[in-house]
Amino acid sequence: MIQTEDHIKAQLMDAADLDRTLSRMAREVTEVFEPSTLSASNLALVGMQTRGVYLARRLHRKIREAENTSVNFGILDATLYRDDVRKRLHQPLVRRTEILFDVNNAHIVLVDDVLFTGRTVRAALDALLDLGRPSTIRLLVLVDRGLRELPLQADIVGRFVPTTLGEEVRVKLQEYDKEEGVWLVNVPSHKRKNGNNPDFGQRVHKH
Amino acid sequence: MTQPLTTLRHRHLLGLATYSPEEIALILSTAREFREVLRRQIPRVPSLRGLTVVNLFFEPSTRTRISFELAEKRLSADTVNFASSGSSVSKGETLKDTARNIEAMKVDIAVIRHRSPGAAYFLTQCIDAVVLNAGDGAHEHPTQALLDLLTISDISPRFDGLNVSIIGDIMHSRVARSNLYSLTKMGVNVTLCGPKTMIPFGISQFGCRVTHRLEEALEGCDVAMALRIQLERQDTSLYPSLREYHNQFGIKPEHLDRYPSLRIMHPGPVNRGVELASEVVDHERAVILDQVTNGVATRMACLYLLAGGQNPASLAEIG
Repeated sequence: MIQTEDHIKAQLMDAADLDRTLSRMAREVTEVFEPSTLSASNLALVGMQTRGVYLARRLHRKIREAENTSVNFGILDATLYRDDVRKRLHQPLVRRTEILFDVNNAHIVLVDDVLFTGRTVRAALDALLDLGRPSTIRLLVLVDRGLRELPLQADIVGRFVPTTLGEEVRVKLQEYDKEEGVWLVNVPSHKRKNGNNPDFGQRVHKH
Repeated sequence: MTQPLTTLRHRHLLGLATYSPEEIALILSTAREFREVLRRQIPRVPSLRGLTVVNLFFEPSTRTRISFELAEKRLSADTVNFASSGSSVSKGETLKDTARNIEAMKVDIAVIRHRSPGAAYFLTQCIDAVVLNAGDGAHEHPTQALLDLLTISDISPRFDGLNVSIIGDIMHSRVARSNLYSLTKMGVNVTLCGPKTMIPFGISQFGCRVTHRLEEALEGCDVAMALRIQLERQDTSLYPSLREYHNQFGIKPEHLDRYPSLRIMHPGPVNRGVELASEVVDHERAVILDQVTNGVATRMACLYLLAGGQNPASLAEIG
């Protein structure tokens, strides 16, 4: 649910928009790679906990239907690789990591919902590289909201939404949130979750 | 149980008597994720990078000390070890002074094993670091009970209605105490079994069944947890002889035959032929080595979850 303290500024996507964007991104994934990569089945989608997992599942289904090829699928939780242990008052919940295919020489597409500071992606890259040596890693995000703190960019972007620090992008997915869509909201200053804010650690959140 | 927790309410892990079922469930679910980390090619994550952990072992220990040390290293913490032999303790330094000196070296987390009950609590009063109790006298040994719970949850995912018997010297056992608190909290039916001299009077008020006959403890039991008979305490005549103890309370191959679903646990080190017959120790239904493996993951979970509480000013609840 959208939290009551949030002030909704705009709905960025509804369910139909989201599905169209995912279809387009699924095509982009298959365009990026050589046909030999696709047929050799060493292409893998890795969803980042939590909503990235559901997005990656949907993309996985779309690619399989369109290309009639098997694409590997994995789940990654980068919590243990985060860099803010000294800033936190409580540790974030450790979620499941499940990568059953061989990461070595794989072409991996990392999937997340919102790209913000880039710190979660940095953690995810470290986590992936500890599992092996992939040939390539690409980043796919549904929304790029800007305000990066690290020199990282996404390869495939659903929508670019320039935001300010007082705003947040909320992605809601049927499988997890029981509603579907993307919203731009204003958050009260005491509930903000950005890397430069001293109370960053108090909330269990990524980005 | 209500809503799953995402953080612990405690700053330290001194014992399980004050931990809620939700907090115990959080530690167990986190430990399961760390088991996956331990199966990786590189079984190491950088979560506690930059934090310093000191292991204060005032009492001899092999399993627990190595297990804690491995857990710390797998989380990328810096570790310092301290053993009482060959240290300033043998020169007469008090626990308080040892602790304060170590505090002055800026450690974030202290793991303590001590022969006196309450030593871990005392340490929280002397230093600012997060304290994990690795066994204090006959009081508690919380990480052992947690790894036992993790091992039991592999045997049966539901704790509710499960029957666990703890057999041996309940009186002097911190393992039994921590297990009794945590198992009953999670809804497990606990039976304590041992000679009358080894069972504290009135212990049944903690919500467990007490018997002095092994057959009664094993009948309908899912997991039998045998405790170590402390050979060094033999002269206190709690039982006539080791052989008689084995005859009356030792788990033998015929018990495994009679109860085909019975699993055997033991916190180690095992006295073969005393609390467990040698064949029982090596039996496939003895999950003693699974307990040891689960120990590392469990201690990683405890260290990880408590590492968030290093900032003492921010914590209202101490415990």
